[in-house]
Amino acid sequence: MSFDPYLLLALMEGTRTAAVLALTAVGLSLVFGVMRVVNVAHGEFFMLGAVLAWIVSTAVPGPAWLAFAAALVVAPLVVAGVAALADTLVLKRLGYEPEGTIVATIGLMYILQQSALSLYGPDARPVVAPFSWQLEFPWFGYSGYNFVVVIAAVLVLALVWLFMNRTRAGLVMRATQIDRDTAQAFGINVDRVYALVFALGAGLAALAAVLIVPIQQAHYLMGHDPLLLSFTVVIIGGLGSIRGTLVAALLIGLSDGIISFYWSPLLAKIIATLFVALVLVFRPQGLFGARA
Amino acid sequence: MSRVIALHLAVLAGLLALGFLLPAYHHTNTARIMVLAVYAMGYNIAFGYTGLLSLGHAMFFGAGMYATGLLIQMGGWPAGPALAMGPLAGAALAFGAGLLALRTAGVSFMIVMLMFAQTGYLVILYFTRWTRGEEGFVLRQSLRRIGEFDLSAESTRYFAALLLFSVALLAQLWLVRSRVGRVMIAMRENEERSRMLGYDPFRTKLLALTVSGAYSGAAGAAYGVMFGYVGASFAAIPFSILPLLWVLTGGAGTTLGPLLGAALMFYLVDIASGYTTAHQLVVGAALLLLVLFAPRGILGTLRERGVKWLP
Repeated sequence: MSFDPYLLLALMEGTRTAAVLALTAVGLSLVFGVMRVVNVAHGEFFMLGAVLAWIVSTAVPGPAWLAFAAALVVAPLVVAGVAALADTLVLKRLGYEPEGTIVATIGLMYILQQSALSLYGPDARPVVAPFSWQLEFPWFGYSGYNFVVVIAAVLVLALVWLFMNRTRAGLVMRATQIDRDTAQAFGINVDRVYALVFALGAGLAALAAVLIVPIQQAHYLMGHDPLLLSFTVVIIGGLGSIRGTLVAALLIGLSDGIISFYWSPLLAKIIATLFVALVLVFRPQGLFGARA
Repeated sequence: MSRVIALHLAVLAGLLALGFLLPAYHHTNTARIMVLAVYAMGYNIAFGYTGLLSLGHAMFFGAGMYATGLLIQMGGWPAGPALAMGPLAGAALAFGAGLLALRTAGVSFMIVMLMFAQTGYLVILYFTRWTRGEEGFVLRQSLRRIGEFDLSAESTRYFAALLLFSVALLAQLWLVRSRVGRVMIAMRENEERSRMLGYDPFRTKLLALTVSGAYSGAAGAAYGVMFGYVGASFAAIPFSILPLLWVLTGGAGTTLGPLLGAALMFYLVDIASGYTTAHQLVVGAALLLLVLFAPRGILGTLRERGVKWLP
């Protein structure tokens, strides 16, 4: 069998997709795991991150890497702030009741999307990559920035893991996830934990968006696909299981890259969407999660 | 005659009178609202009465719309029999989707329905050769007739919409006051207790979802024929969210809530578009305000505050 250079390209694209997807989906998974809230507005937090990245990087003077670094810090923080505000103003008042929060996050999705359209406009705008470094393969050139995306995503995911498993704040979050009432009885401020988790989840989505925005342009409707893909990943990995989410992101990202390379992307999407629904029906714990 | 039935007949008589009185613009709008209210009633049967929060009802609306539209356009069927296939297509799809989706509950049910509907939407795009994808297709005026009635004509269309709406409204009233309807409400209130009392939750919910699908399919079919356009946007996710919004506005689990909600939101968006292009903001803000301050909607709140007999 001869080596197919385009398979290599599909694999590299797939790895990058998987890395960005993992970051986005871990945010959704964290929010669902700890708060039991299905955040339909998650994709809009992603979009907001990308749009803010464009705004910050065009406002900051100086070299491209500096502008990008500023966006990398500012955009996730602002989005996290918006999310914390939404949690305190809306979700908390609903008592985190599942159906109410779904309706509320749908409302939030419309508001965020419309705000982006009104304030930022309908155009897709590019953000300049922090550096241009072209990697020359014998068959094609490939932007080195893609590798940076993967490395950065892995680093951040490792930090999230450390945060959840090795710090006091992470311990408090996990305690709240396992038993909210007992956590409260032990003096944990559950409201603050929830606001923090919601902010963290949104911030991760925004961070993923900032990383991808030099490759994909920022657009007010860009939140749609990450939302559905994150749902897919979180369900296949098992609702609320972070490890499962990571494995599923890798699986979906890679297979998406390869399948849509060789077959019609639309058909790939149809099969993937149907597959997710059936996983949820027949294996609600996900393909990898034994425990939710 | 009880005051419940009197109220419903009065609403229908009012709509009949409006058919003669309204100026052209509002005449068309009201015809549209009545058809959309049938869709909302279908949603209400599943969500309002049985407690099934679905984000996938656009696939049932789309099934009715495409079944009828394609039979007319490609199959050469006359509009009458083709229209009858709309509710059948909606019901059949709802039955099939329910067989699988109702194995789950709550949040999982919502996501499964969302994913099914997304699959349906993508399938419509995949078969662009026949469906014309996003662009959709227009039904020629000459194809939109039943016998001597031209459904594209203003006043025929209005009264056809009213006829469909009346049948749907009275059937809904009968359903929710029947034995089956009371079991549906029992499922919404406390599924475990209903099961203990010997009722089968799966069968009851499947029945409710199928009826809901038939309503949605009928509305989709009628909408396509009356307004002459069949397009994929009617099967997309936002069109699943709209009936939720309408039902929440008017009052989930009230018979007249869907009509009230559909009419109010239709005109709210219509008026807002006159001032600003940001009409999505209206939808978003309405959802947030409703869920925060009036989770029972207008008629639900009225019922709570004294008008207890409101069905």
